[in-house]
Amino acid sequence: MEIPRHWRLKKQRYALIGEVCPYCDGKIFPPRDVCPHCGGEARNVYPFSGKGTVYSYTVMQDAPAGYESQAPYTVALVKLEEGPVVTAQLTDLGEQAVEIGMPVEMVTRKLREDGGAKGMLIYGYKFRPVGLGPH
Amino acid sequence: MGDVIIAGIGQIPVGEHWDLPLHTLSTRAALAAIKDSGGLRPQAMYIGNFAASILSHQANLGALLTDHAGLTGIEAYTVEAAGASGAAALRVGYLAVRSGFVESALVVGVEKWTDRIGPDLEAAAALAEDYDYEAMTGLTPAGQAGLLMQRYLHEYGAPRLAFAAFPLLAHANAVNNPYAMYRKAIRPEVYENAEPVSDPLNMFDSAPYADGAAAVLLARTSGLPEGYAHPRVRISGSSVAVDTLALHDRPDPLAFEAAARSTQSACRQAGILPADVDFFELSDTFSIFAALSLEAAGFARRGEGWKLAQDGSLALGGKLPILTMGGHKARGNPIGAAGVYQIVEAVLQLRGQAGANQVKNARRALVQSLGGPAATAVTHVLERV
Ligand SMILES: [Zn+2]
Repeated sequence: MEIPRHWRLKKQRYALIGEVCPYCDGKIFPPRDVCPHCGGEARNVYPFSGKGTVYSYTVMQDAPAGYESQAPYTVALVKLEEGPVVTAQLTDLGEQAVEIGMPVEMVTRKLREDGGAKGMLIYGYKFRPVGLGPH
Repeated sequence: MGDVIIAGIGQIPVGEHWDLPLHTLSTRAALAAIKDSGGLRPQAMYIGNFAASILSHQANLGALLTDHAGLTGIEAYTVEAAGASGAAALRVGYLAVRSGFVESALVVGVEKWTDRIGPDLEAAAALAEDYDYEAMTGLTPAGQAGLLMQRYLHEYGAPRLAFAAFPLLAHANAVNNPYAMYRKAIRPEVYENAEPVSDPLNMFDSAPYADGAAAVLLARTSGLPEGYAHPRVRISGSSVAVDTLALHDRPDPLAFEAAARSTQSACRQAGILPADVDFFELSDTFSIFAALSLEAAGFARRGEGWKLAQDGSLALGGKLPILTMGGHKARGNPIGAAGVYQIVEAVLQLRGQAGANQVKNARRALVQSLGGPAATAVTHVLERV
């Protein structure tokens, strides 16, 4: 179990808290020490809307340890409307076929267990098709 | 002269070596390279390895592997760059010998992969990714490749089955490589019916991870033994370039920028253009990587790398042979050792020792290893002197 690590990442996993660069106004997710757009020192907190579109996606069959019970699952590159791209699982897909360009929104779901079946549950962002109603 | 010569080469068959520990794999390749050089004694040993610290519970490989090879006392340590670890270790050996600080250096790539199974190995492979923001989603390297292939098909409209040409070529070439894991050609139907791994990527788009070890011994021309037995092969270009670790942080993930930059830099050092090489040992970790590497090196326009594979251009008798001894797909992919296997195979070609797979009049090779989806790219130019 890695309790400090999961605690440290809470704001990003639960609320997509990133940064906006004070020098170039670039939006940054996840937070960094140096702005990837201009090289300035990044430090101003910026909450992302959680809205975006699918840039690419794949269906994972061979899951790594900790994810076996979820397989098969869809992982996507999601382009957030503010600019940055994040990697995330797609969820609540039902029968819906995934397509590049499809609008999606962030929801909070269980990512995996840390420390086996009796370990802690790790929650974080996944994305689902927009228009499915309340989270 | 300051030329760095690859004086000796050694390799063991790639596969599932359940009976052999990490240090035996390494020692066999190391001793083979020393013997092949005519008995040169290395002053340093640089080790390419990816996963020993997690899969074998073993770090500090410099002390371990020199000890078992009877080389205790020489400088030795590990170089890690995921799938490019072996090639990065070669870069370190090249710098050491070229600078004159070291007269002769042994570079060993070694990976002990098959002590574990399934999910543990998928998790180990994912070490090459950004842990917090990629691996945490359940994405593996095969998944990254699936993301790239999906986007590629979308942007360029390439036919999905065109990618079959890469594994078919790799398997055809491995038939004559006694060190290859799969020495059997495959038919297109086998590819078409293969199980999906990370859709659209299937089982035959993915090189199989395996155990293996390969080694090369570097020396300067003046340090070669009397009556040196082989045509001399020198390193004329050597370059490492990196990109963002996470695929999602790249403005254009299909560009393989690091591969492009390390190719340009290695060729510039050698005073050549990529088109001047006689063959290209690229990294077909996944079939999509082969297409993107051909494009990054400038052999094909963006979105057209797959086309080169359709008309025989990349086969042994073609304009630009690739994967001449089976590539990662059919030789097998012992991750941290793979880069040294590629170098050994290129040296066999340049010496004229490649047997039935000999590329005619091979004088100059481009050899490229990738760590992750070209997060690290290591490129070398080798030439017969
Ligand atoms: Zn900035």
